[in-house]
Amino acid sequence: MTLRVSILGAGVAGLTCALELVERGADVEVLERGDGPGPQSCSWFAGGMLAPWCEEEHAGSLIRLLGEESLPWWERQCSATVQRGTLVVAHERDHAELRQFATRTHAHSSCDAAAVAGLEPDLAGHFQRGLFFGAEAHLDPRRALAELVCRVRARGVTLHWQAEASGRPARGRIRLDCRGLAARDAWPALRGVRGEMLLLRLPELNLTRPVRVLHPRLPLYIVPRGAHTYLLGATQLESDAAGAISVRSMLELLAAAYALHPAFGEAQILESGCGVRPALPDNLPRVRRAGDTLYVNGLYRHGFLIAPALARRVADYLLEGQRIPEVMDEDRGERRLA
Amino acid sequence: MLELYQTALRSRLLLGTARYPSPALLTAAVRAAGAEVVTVALRREAAGERAGQGFWGIIRELGVRVLPNTAGCHSVKEALTTAHMAREVFGTSWIKLEVIGEDDTLQPDVFGLVEAARLLCAEGFQVFPYTTEDLVVAERLLAAGCRVLMPWGAPIGSGRGLNNLLGLRALRAHFPDVPLIIDAGLGLPSHATQALEMGFDAVLVNTAVAQARDPVQMAGAFARAVEAGRQGRTAGPMEPRDWAAPSTPVLGTAFRG
Repeated sequence: MTLRVSILGAGVAGLTCALELVERGADVEVLERGDGPGPQSCSWFAGGMLAPWCEEEHAGSLIRLLGEESLPWWERQCSATVQRGTLVVAHERDHAELRQFATRTHAHSSCDAAAVAGLEPDLAGHFQRGLFFGAEAHLDPRRALAELVCRVRARGVTLHWQAEASGRPARGRIRLDCRGLAARDAWPALRGVRGEMLLLRLPELNLTRPVRVLHPRLPLYIVPRGAHTYLLGATQLESDAAGAISVRSMLELLAAAYALHPAFGEAQILESGCGVRPALPDNLPRVRRAGDTLYVNGLYRHGFLIAPALARRVADYLLEGQRIPEVMDEDRGERRLA
Repeated sequence: MLELYQTALRSRLLLGTARYPSPALLTAAVRAAGAEVVTVALRREAAGERAGQGFWGIIRELGVRVLPNTAGCHSVKEALTTAHMAREVFGTSWIKLEVIGEDDTLQPDVFGLVEAARLLCAEGFQVFPYTTEDLVVAERLLAAGCRVLMPWGAPIGSGRGLNNLLGLRALRAHFPDVPLIIDAGLGLPSHATQALEMGFDAVLVNTAVAQARDPVQMAGAFARAVEAGRQGRTAGPMEPRDWAAPSTPVLGTAFRG
């Protein structure tokens, strides 16, 4: 019998689950409160760095594992995926940050000034040392979301925009709740972590891969978005306010970018935005079952990085009855629900 | 027992709550440290009404005393606003007062600090000022109404330990009865031991624990280090000598052939 699934939420979690499930034979529909992928979802404001080895520094080995597993999925499913690695640098006086980062991560090579310049010629002379994570990739989240929508639709998934997520799921259907922070009504331990971003246009500069600048107070990442545009991110604030970016955050992001390269002084600010990421107390993702509803949540700042690996596990669980203890509390006695 | 504003505390290790990999690890670290006081920054989290409730809820659930701080404030006015907000959010008159004067060293602006301390004490706040080891500033803070001082060991987050031993010793000797808590700059458990051995009443640690590879293990290490330093102090250490002093008496040992 075909498994019938109603997915709530068309962010990266919902759409990757939709594609994975429909490709594996399920009958899938998606319900989304917005009228398409858009700013109602924190996926809209994501950096789109597929950086399992860099993120391991603060997020630990589970995120690295899920991220590593997700990389080939993105390369297969999304033409927006670019695999050019990540360059991590620090200014001269912050080299302690670079040393600590190097000792806590894997799969990188050390760069001297010449190697930095070789990777990103426009940064020549700006940095004496860096780390190169060659296997990492990045994508444009908005293009990726649009592409996922096309793919699931082509597979026969019905997408209901401006849909309300009320009531019980229809009879015989499993409900997959991927609403992010909006699911807090059903999962009180969820909290919001605010991340602010800027989109800049700067024809004078040509960066070809994500660059992370380590700093004790104002860390920065810059992700190229093509057509001379760059995404700057991201602040991390323990707040679920979704309002506009603050002057302080914008000053900090721009000051860090200007310190990376003075050419940023000439950039145009195309957009500023803010996403509120859903996080559980350990900042790790979780799948949880309650009756006919399966919740997939807590992707925090790792949505694009890990969503395919979570989607695969959700499909393994729903279609094949497999246990997924690394992300599901019911399968893992010792990991108590908060 | 340590007494801070008529509150008796068993633990002499105070913990900061910023920069942990996750709230779950923060919670585990507070438990491992046996901390009875945690300090919380209000400024950034309070972007809007109730916006920081998720995180504050986790702090409240720790069940320990909260010492809100004014981290990141650069003026007296900002510090006062933050202190008022903190009193409302956490229902405490305790405030760790930081007025930052310089962005690279996060060095306190001691002039603004004294002024803000005077105003807050007059309003009934119980102020824990983050200050330098400067004796004159310490005098002014006490005159402003502070009953606890929090001198730095080294710049915030630098992990350098006690930078100015001479100055810190003088401060301790000058104010034998004022609770002095080393705040900022400690990186290793041995730094905490040293502070307690020197007679400081407690230490406050944040980055050294939060940014350790294993914050929970490091929190436990600091707890033991603080305990060791305190006991070493109260046990009455020996005076260092210039010459060897045999620990076993030589009298009565056999003659050498």
